[in-house]
Amino acid sequence: MANSNEAGAGTLVEDWSGDKETFKVHWGKAMMWIFLLSDTFIFTSFLTSYMHVRMSAAEPWPNSSEVFALTMFGHHIPLILIAIMTFVLITSSGTMALAVNYGYRRDRAKTAVLLVITALLGATFVGMQAFEWTKLIVDEGVRPWSNPMGAAQFGSCFFMITGFHGAHVTGGVIYLTYVATGVINGRYEKKGYDIVEICGLYWHFVDLVWVFIFAFFYLW
Amino acid sequence: MSEAAEGQQHPLGIYYAIWILLFVLSVFSYMVDYYQFQGYLRWTLILIFMMLKAGFIVAIFMHMAWERLALITAILLPPLVLLVLVGLMAIEGDYTFLARVVFFGADPNAVPLSPPGSH
Repeated sequence: MANSNEAGAGTLVEDWSGDKETFKVHWGKAMMWIFLLSDTFIFTSFLTSYMHVRMSAAEPWPNSSEVFALTMFGHHIPLILIAIMTFVLITSSGTMALAVNYGYRRDRAKTAVLLVITALLGATFVGMQAFEWTKLIVDEGVRPWSNPMGAAQFGSCFFMITGFHGAHVTGGVIYLTYVATGVINGRYEKKGYDIVEICGLYWHFVDLVWVFIFAFFYLW
Repeated sequence: MSEAAEGQQHPLGIYYAIWILLFVLSVFSYMVDYYQFQGYLRWTLILIFMMLKAGFIVAIFMHMAWERLALITAILLPPLVLLVLVGLMAIEGDYTFLARVVFFGADPNAVPLSPPGSH
């Protein structure tokens, strides 16, 4: 494999010109990056249309700090559920990064354990999201077409954006479980452990999208 | 060299450092809401913490910092066109809001109600 430390504009022209492989990485990694690029466009379209709808709504936009508050241990804490979900996802990103590292070191046991922990944290996140949706639908009466707090568009934006993200997390948990079983069974001993890194790219992307959702939907 | 053959390998320390940094930045962005900063200060802080977190995830966790320029430009440049969409929708959003206030009598200063069951 080419030396990744070479840098500069010269390599850009060199890599794209001539009848040869452009991306000097595992083909699966290049494909995953291109898939994630397309996914970036989808999520940006969602967030942009949400912002557009929010700017143009004449009714007041519901205050997310209050909508997502929880009463814990007798205290009313704003946005606490979302904060916990954020920490769960960041923790899972950390364990994923370590799994990639141990994969390339061919430490199968540690890689498998870290992948399983990542998947469990992902499942926890989805579980908390289910709780969040239930609370919003049952207790606060939020619907895709109306809600008791203000602008009706709040509900459709919320369900669309977090639903699509939640679907990505769910898919990621399945993907992680598949890769973890492969690591345990020694499926990648000959092929190499690039798949752990590729799977990791997807998982970090899910975390990345959450960073933007957290900023634009929950905090804004 | 076996390291080159085995893809991205970096000392574990850098992952722990970024991991802790992401926690700290998340705490900061949560504090923006907790202490109820409002207006431009709030939006600026949210964007700064967001961009820092996103940058560290892409550069370190997703290894972009160590990739060749061909891959970096192919992945990171195309999303910039989305800024055109963001700009257009911002202008359009302002226009629609103004039309609703001026022609449909919407109240621009209305405040949202509290969710049922709270307080």
